Amino acid sequence: MVSEISPLEIERNAGNFAYPETHLHDAGVGLTEDTIHYISNIKEDPAWVREFRLKALQTFLSKPMPTHWASKDLEAIVFENIRYYLSSGTQAKRSWDDVPEDVKRTFERLGIPEQERKFLAGVEAQFDSEAVYSNIKAAVGEQGVIFVGSTEGLKNHPEIFRKWFGKVIPTGDNKFSALNSAVFSGGSFIYVPPGVKVKHPLQAYFRINAENFGQFERTLIIVDEGAELTYMEGCTAPKFNTATLHSAVVELVAMKGAKIQYITVQNWSANVFNLVTKRALAHEEAEVKWIDCNIGSRLTMKYPGVVLKGRKARGEVLSIALASNGQHQDTGAKMVHAADETTSNIISKSISIGTGRATYRGLVHVPKHLKNCKNNTECDALLINSNSRTDTYPAITVRGTGNSVQHEASVSQVSAEQIFYMQQRGLSEAQAMSLSVNGFVNDLVRQFPMEYSVELKRLIELEMEGSVG
Amino acid sequence: MNQLEIQNLHVTIAEQEIIRGLSLAVPKGEVHAIMGPNGSGKSTLAKVLAGHPDYTVTGGSVLMDGEDILALAPDERARQGIFLAFQYPSEIPGVTIANFLRAAVQSRLPEGEELEATDYYAALYEQMDRLEMDRAFTSRSVNEGFSGGEKKRNEILQLAMLKPKYAVLDETDSGLDIDALKVVANGVNALRGPNLGVLLITHYQRLLDYIVPDHVHVMVQGKIVMSGGKGLALELEEKGYDWVRDDIAEPALA
Repeated sequence: MVSEISPLEIERNAGNFAYPETHLHDAGVGLTEDTIHYISNIKEDPAWVREFRLKALQTFLSKPMPTHWASKDLEAIVFENIRYYLSSGTQAKRSWDDVPEDVKRTFERLGIPEQERKFLAGVEAQFDSEAVYSNIKAAVGEQGVIFVGSTEGLKNHPEIFRKWFGKVIPTGDNKFSALNSAVFSGGSFIYVPPGVKVKHPLQAYFRINAENFGQFERTLIIVDEGAELTYMEGCTAPKFNTATLHSAVVELVAMKGAKIQYITVQNWSANVFNLVTKRALAHEEAEVKWIDCNIGSRLTMKYPGVVLKGRKARGEVLSIALASNGQHQDTGAKMVHAADETTSNIISKSISIGTGRATYRGLVHVPKHLKNCKNNTECDALLINSNSRTDTYPAITVRGTGNSVQHEASVSQVSAEQIFYMQQRGLSEAQAMSLSVNGFVNDLVRQFPMEYSVELKRLIELEMEGSVG
Repeated sequence: MNQLEIQNLHVTIAEQEIIRGLSLAVPKGEVHAIMGPNGSGKSTLAKVLAGHPDYTVTGGSVLMDGEDILALAPDERARQGIFLAFQYPSEIPGVTIANFLRAAVQSRLPEGEELEATDYYAALYEQMDRLEMDRAFTSRSVNEGFSGGEKKRNEILQLAMLKPKYAVLDETDSGLDIDALKVVANGVNALRGPNLGVLLITHYQRLLDYIVPDHVHVMVQGKIVMSGGKGLALELEEKGYDWVRDDIAEPALA
């Protein structure tokens, strides 16, 4: 039998701790022009940024909630009750020794400095609104790679930053991209010069510590011609009774022949609304791969996209969503083909446990004038219990004659016979469930970097053990 | 007692009684065959011994080496030494035979003890060679896309690796051609010995030409109605199950 204190709880508790707040800067609750000025003043924004924010606020206020197609649960977000900026300074430290003690302890408990030593080329650690630590290994920095926070990026590298900022995802793309554009703080700015292949991943870790809070990081990554980068992000927050909002905007630009791999393991606590816009622009012969794993949060809405702008560009989204009791993972992918011979591949696997709900939304667009474009979409859903739910909304428009598209979808349920068979071999019910679910996602997980596939398998095991008995 | 002992077992599914007061003892070291017509409750017996949740035991007991196992969960029974070779083994997509069996072997080790990978693979390959299974099988998903014969071989492979005290083989001969049947029978015969009791469930006598039982029992309408030596199987083959039915008609009504 499964013990009453399931390892799932222990795992949730790994991120479920908070230190008392000691913020120097707090924009207070609610969102008005004053909030924007407060943030701009603290961050000493250039005038164009302040203007950009103010305009975005108007866009945000004018846009309705997307509840005509999305979950009504969005209405539970009370924008007036959220605090939009909390920090103890805008300058990220280059050494963990300079990071305030309780913040440093937070990241140590999450294992970040250890991972940095082991296999990362650089780390940025964000605590509430600002990065508290940001460092890149000297050897990588010497190759001309820039890895800083968004504020530092826009101030110190305006010639690259301004050229692309808001160009892949315009302010008015959706209500939450507008919100982010108004109050953004933190996130990464990365530039990889032509031909530089960054061997080890750069990682960002986003930590929410405060209650009634919204985190709005803004990430802009430009990988120049023939260069390569792998970027990973992780996130956790303590579980509060009130709703927490996380609304990021991530823009990627892959220049000619560049390769970007962007990996997310999202493990927010179950009170977090995670409403994120992620999109990449792929120039000629560039390759962009999003690996997107959603395990935590109350409601996630996220559809990483690639605009295939140059000939022979290639876009890929590998998505795994695990929706446990009370969670809704509304995830998917967007592929916009805008040049000949572009290819895209979407593989989505979702697992719904108990009352958990997984939704797949996919958009694939190939206009009529293009030739030799290809898309492959596979989305598979696994239901663990009879009350679990999954929905699939694929929207594929492929016009013209020289293009091909392939779409496969399946829904399956873990069968009682399969579980009995495994139990008969000595595995507990929870182990059997976990093995079955890991089998379901196995072909996808095998494509992940080693460290992440191990972590993901472990998370699935823990989640399954908690779902049984 | 060193035996698997079934005493006056009654079993229902959906309130219908399938097993009606069955008693049987399989001592370690012996091979017992249960034969019977379709619908006599043979496969139900196999599943009940393994703890299938669909069935309700309404009376009787099942003792393994003197200990009642009916209150144990299926995985606990399995770890204590009961093995069922399924008539229709389940497919487990995405889980390789190597990983599945490794997890199963690991589950039998004391807590904190890790299975030694090299020892495990050495044992696995040895058993696979004996069953004439290609080693490439280890990286295939459990039973997925397997032929009937491959599935049955895989069951016997698991039997060999997990080393139970008692093995129940449910219609292991069904769906096998004669060559596959010989390989599977050789696999089982190699495992015979003083530490294993075997309960062979079969509809046909054919399997018993290759796995020669010590005792044969005939099951009709949820009960053992006749027991004898290996000759009984041949007699049944010759006379058909109606012979047993006629034979028991009187006492059953009495």
